[in-house]
Amino acid sequence: MLGNLVMIVRFVARMAVVLAIAGPAAAQTELAGSWAARNHEDALERGGGPYAVDYSGLPLNDEGRARALSYSGDQLSLIEHQCGGWPPFYLAMGPFGMKIWNETDPTSGTTIAWKIGAWEDRAGTTIWMDGRPHPSKNAPHERGGFTTGEWQGTTLVAYTTHMKAGSIRRNGVPSSDQATMTTYFLRHGDLLTVLEVIEDPIYLTEPELVSKNFQLDNNSMSPVGPPCVAGYEGVAEGKVPHYLPGTNPSIDELTKFYGIPREATLGGAETMYPEFRKKLKDTFVRPDKCTQNCGAPNPPPGAPPSPAVGAAR
Amino acid sequence: MKQTILFVVAFGALVSAQRGGAPARTSRASAPIDLTGYWVSVVTEDWRYRMVTPTKGDYQGVPMTPEAVKVADAWNPEADTAAGNQCRSYGAPAIMRVPGRIHVVWDDDRTLKLEADAGTQTRLFRFESPGAKGESSWQGDSLALWETPGGRGGGAGGRGNANSPRTGALKVVTTNLKAGYLRKNGVPYSEDATVTEYFDVVRPRSGGELLVVTTVVDDQKYLRQPFIVSSQFKKETDAKGWDPTPCSATW
Repeated sequence: MLGNLVMIVRFVARMAVVLAIAGPAAAQTELAGSWAARNHEDALERGGGPYAVDYSGLPLNDEGRARALSYSGDQLSLIEHQCGGWPPFYLAMGPFGMKIWNETDPTSGTTIAWKIGAWEDRAGTTIWMDGRPHPSKNAPHERGGFTTGEWQGTTLVAYTTHMKAGSIRRNGVPSSDQATMTTYFLRHGDLLTVLEVIEDPIYLTEPELVSKNFQLDNNSMSPVGPPCVAGYEGVAEGKVPHYLPGTNPSIDELTKFYGIPREATLGGAETMYPEFRKKLKDTFVRPDKCTQNCGAPNPPPGAPPSPAVGAAR
Repeated sequence: MKQTILFVVAFGALVSAQRGGAPARTSRASAPIDLTGYWVSVVTEDWRYRMVTPTKGDYQGVPMTPEAVKVADAWNPEADTAAGNQCRSYGAPAIMRVPGRIHVVWDDDRTLKLEADAGTQTRLFRFESPGAKGESSWQGDSLALWETPGGRGGGAGGRGNANSPRTGALKVVTTNLKAGYLRKNGVPYSEDATVTEYFDVVRPRSGGELLVVTTVVDDQKYLRQPFIVSSQFKKETDAKGWDPTPCSATW
């Protein structure tokens, strides 16, 4: 009788241990696979690229704005920049899907790292899951930065530091090498929403939020992009295309095409919040008809969404 | 016999503890995340389609059918206003994209209420089907479900955070809609559209809470594929800034 009771208690104790171990594993989410981009929001920016001066909705400070206005898209033709690529933010601000897989410990099966494949203009990402620390602040900064991750319930939360200076928008809005990014991977069935929270003490007054949606794709994507081959693109050696203060010719493009006042196109944290609409109400003049980058008017039945065509590179 | 009974009781207690114990908890009691409170939209994406009324014919990014383009090309906000249809761009498929504040409270133990100050709209997320289908409306009928860890997938992983808060998400499926606009410039959805939404809460390193609402609109009449967008909100500590305004077809 007593022996049986002991057996039962032992069994229950073992079950408790098994369930305690199984609990956290079940809370984690499978992310491996090929994920196709759904660029229904910010389609122009994520397709061909944003207008040269469109900083609306960006929490830029004055220094960030001044640097952005000095930028010329022709800088990408500099031979030194042609294969420089975009910072890791490009996962959300660029047009592409992504391939994700995990590297496991061969004996325990534990995930050591999640990997996100590269593209021609974006370095691959390794999200270390083994608890290693971030490098010293004096360590070299890499194109893809350094990223660690942890699970918060079913959400993978990745934290990236040690990026090179680059852009948070593809029209030259700058990011510094002190910028950091927290990325949340939110999976719901075959839908994956990636939220980036970008902080930059040099150019931003508050975090920039960017999200992008992906759908699981049965067609396998490549984990690497095509090779970047640099070549002469018409910019003479020693010349750096730029605009001096007050000379950017694109500053009023959004006003001309869409009636959006200059104070909105130049960004700043207040342009992110609903109250800013009150400021705009008296100055916004809606043009009669869209004339630029309006989306495909009459796609043939069954055609996939057309990629956006942008004005900036 | 006694041992068997003891075993069943002990195992039952264990399983019950794993499930959280308690007989049939309400949706409110079993909420894995707290959505209640005031949230302000942070408009960093689709800015020119959300912060101002987009220009007629500007349909960038929406996978519209040719029929949808015809309908949108005929957009007439003054006629909408005259016909009392100025709330067409405030329906469930679009309301989370409209800049403003939302206020979420429990209406009862099985119903979450989401109010939007833009357009003074109210959505009810019911965790139990109301049964009979009523008249269609801008906000339609919304059936809600908590998504909790273990309820979907599992498998590969890595290190977890032992101090992780309770996590999960809210899934809401909305039907029985009045036809309206995905964007204020007349991009249409039909009365047969279905809206599936996921509400996630994350806690950024800089503090506070962010709400991420992923919206999927299915509409065979006007969309060539599901229209998918995600909108961000920041948690506010109080009702400051709450500013109910009526619907407007022009602004």
